[in-house]
Amino acid sequence: MSPQDKNFTPIAQDPELLQDFLVESRGHLSNIEQQVLVIEDDPGNKDAMSSLFRSFHTIKGLAGFLELPVIEEVAHEAETLLDGARNGKRAIDVRLIDCALAARDYLSRWLGFLDPAGEGRAPDPGSPAGLLALLRNLVAEEAPVQVPVAAEIVPAEVMATEVVATAPEVTAEAPEMAVAEAPEVPAFELPREQVVVEQPPEQPKADTVVAAARADQPAVAVESSVVKINTAKLEYLVDMVGELVIAQSMLRHDPEMEALHAPRLQRKLAQLARVTGEVQKTAMAMRMVEIGGLFQRMRRLVRDLSKKSGKRAELEISGEDVELDRSLVEELADPMVHMLRNSMDHGLEMPEERVRSGKPEAGRIVLRASHQAGQIVIEVADDGRGLNRDRIRQKAIDKGLIQADAELSDSDIYALIFEAGFSTAEKVTEVSGRGVGMDVVRKQLEKLRGRVEIESTPGQGSRFLMKLPLTLAIIDGLVVKVGAERFIVPVASVREMFRPSAETFFTVENRMEMVLVRGRLLPVVRLAERLGFPAAKSDITSGLMIVGETESGQYCLWVDELLGKQEVVIKSLGRLFEEVNGLAGCAILGDGRVGLILEMNALWKGSGHVCRHS
Amino acid sequence: MTAASEHVTKASGKGPPPLAPGGQRGGKYLVFHLGEEEFGVHVLKVREIMGLQEITAVPHAPAYVRGVINLRGKVVPVIDLRRKFLLPEVEYSHRTCIVVVQVVLQRNAGADSLLMGVIVDGVSEVLNVQDSEVEDKPSFGGGEDTPYILGMAKVKGKVKILLDIDEALAGDGAREFRRVMGRETA
Repeated sequence: MSPQDKNFTPIAQDPELLQDFLVESRGHLSNIEQQVLVIEDDPGNKDAMSSLFRSFHTIKGLAGFLELPVIEEVAHEAETLLDGARNGKRAIDVRLIDCALAARDYLSRWLGFLDPAGEGRAPDPGSPAGLLALLRNLVAEEAPVQVPVAAEIVPAEVMATEVVATAPEVTAEAPEMAVAEAPEVPAFELPREQVVVEQPPEQPKADTVVAAARADQPAVAVESSVVKINTAKLEYLVDMVGELVIAQSMLRHDPEMEALHAPRLQRKLAQLARVTGEVQKTAMAMRMVEIGGLFQRMRRLVRDLSKKSGKRAELEISGEDVELDRSLVEELADPMVHMLRNSMDHGLEMPEERVRSGKPEAGRIVLRASHQAGQIVIEVADDGRGLNRDRIRQKAIDKGLIQADAELSDSDIYALIFEAGFSTAEKVTEVSGRGVGMDVVRKQLEKLRGRVEIESTPGQGSRFLMKLPLTLAIIDGLVVKVGAERFIVPVASVREMFRPSAETFFTVENRMEMVLVRGRLLPVVRLAERLGFPAAKSDITSGLMIVGETESGQYCLWVDELLGKQEVVIKSLGRLFEEVNGLAGCAILGDGRVGLILEMNALWKGSGHVCRHS
Repeated sequence: MTAASEHVTKASGKGPPPLAPGGQRGGKYLVFHLGEEEFGVHVLKVREIMGLQEITAVPHAPAYVRGVINLRGKVVPVIDLRRKFLLPEVEYSHRTCIVVVQVVLQRNAGADSLLMGVIVDGVSEVLNVQDSEVEDKPSFGGGEDTPYILGMAKVKGKVKILLDIDEALAGDGAREFRRVMGRETA
């Protein structure tokens, strides 16, 4: 049975079947990646090996069912190889690990190729011949465990970029040849010790698959307690629950209902309100996922980067059980990759350099998630050389970003690395240095209403702190009224509120207005005016001042009155309104009407206000 | 393997199919009126007809955009068709209603559909229009073009203007509208 002879054109598939297959297989592929990395660290881990084996096995089964012969065959060979390892017939070495990863990557590309939803369709994954030969060779040599042999490998483009194959062709007598060459042919160039992926000792992971594998019980039992749901359905459920809450509250506060004075009815309504509240909480909780999955993906990245760059790195992960909004996790993947690349390439030194400066040979990168004051903080820290303040400064001057004599604080200087096109790398490497990357991080975080802070000590390392709101979906808002309209001001951007008195209020040239707050003069923005709406009130003392925070300082937003505080689900205004300045979106208020959410910073910028105080 | 063979029902239905191309203008139309003029919009484009409700105004939007409403959890923009067509304004009455239509936005990359509410003076009926009853839109010369008119239907001696609602709401007008909004405050 030769793979080349096989025509792998899949028969016309039922799109839904195919979609299910893709979803399920992707889950297995990510499990494979995780388990392989666990095994790499702890070759004796039988549970991880079984889980790995099962994943390949399942993919094989599914692919067979859908008549996808190439996937089936690759999965089959990988399974055979792992079966040997599982039964102790062959040693678990770096080639096995690399092969398993290569098979995973190949299958992953195939899935991308098959996915009809893929943007612009992924390129053809290529022939599996090389990979299959590689797998078969490893299987064939499995008997002589005692001699670690290097197999002949096809230099196949199917291999993941870093997996290097040296021999030009496959031959039937590969094992013998390989034995002969074994001592000096490092088929996979990097020795195993070079990559030390540290597993946090406690590992209290709730990740079902890992948990299942570790619990020494049939994995199915735990896996079946998790259901995969189409995200569109989930979003719809959350929407509908929001509607339910509104309907419930309208019923309860209906004037006719209140006029009834029926205590029993009131009690029942209160019960309804409680249950509705619980349902809402649960629906919201369904959007939350643990960040651990994302962190696990980074293990692979660090492993690959460290192979590529020749630097040694240990990745330490903590706070995997911190939960955050599902959509947030997706959006975080990119910035995280860029930050890790940055740490690997710019932060960590080469092993020799580290030894010279008295540090352990392997660099240390920490990924940590935690909750702090209603925010999620994700930390990427390394113990490398730290940011070079002077070089960044010089570079910024060269690029015309700052004046040569500019007085800048450390944090201002560090912030320069987020400028587009800024890179201090001496030369462009494959990993980073092209000057894209860190600006992506900042843009993405701004989009997520988060920010990034840098701490750095020369010679000791640097820490990047990404601070994010708990969820993209819900904010605490103050509901304010202006004229006939109601608006929501995010509580996070409000410093204080007060009712202005005539004595503290001043006009500038009779056009602009200022108010004295705790000895400071702050400019006043009348919300109605700024938005071009008719104002109901004109007497400044009859309204309310909201002191808001912007990048350039504080200002006062004048509104008619405060109606209350409410947790609201942020919705987009829709594609027609994507460019309205000063608005962060909208939300459905308690009575079912739409309220617009203000964005204090953009609102401030949205006018030609000239009085600026900071 | 069982999981792969399970069929999943979709949470949200797909949008209506596009109108039959190539002059097939017959079919069922929802008839509404603005003043004395009667218009028709293909029923497959119509998702819902609702009474007038309170609309949240959006700052710096063009005058014909009344604002947004909450349609069962979805935020839907509402357009005043009188203003859009530069007709004189009238007081809203109990007959005024919002017709929610599925509009297809043509973008460079492809089509994109969204819900929009349209305020009209009132809706009257669903009319079955034969292809033979539809005439091409008249030309009045003078370089004026009305790309949003599909044709004129003459039914029982009366004329209904058949609208290409995509073009009317999301054609040039909408593109310009997006641009204006972007610049207004930038």
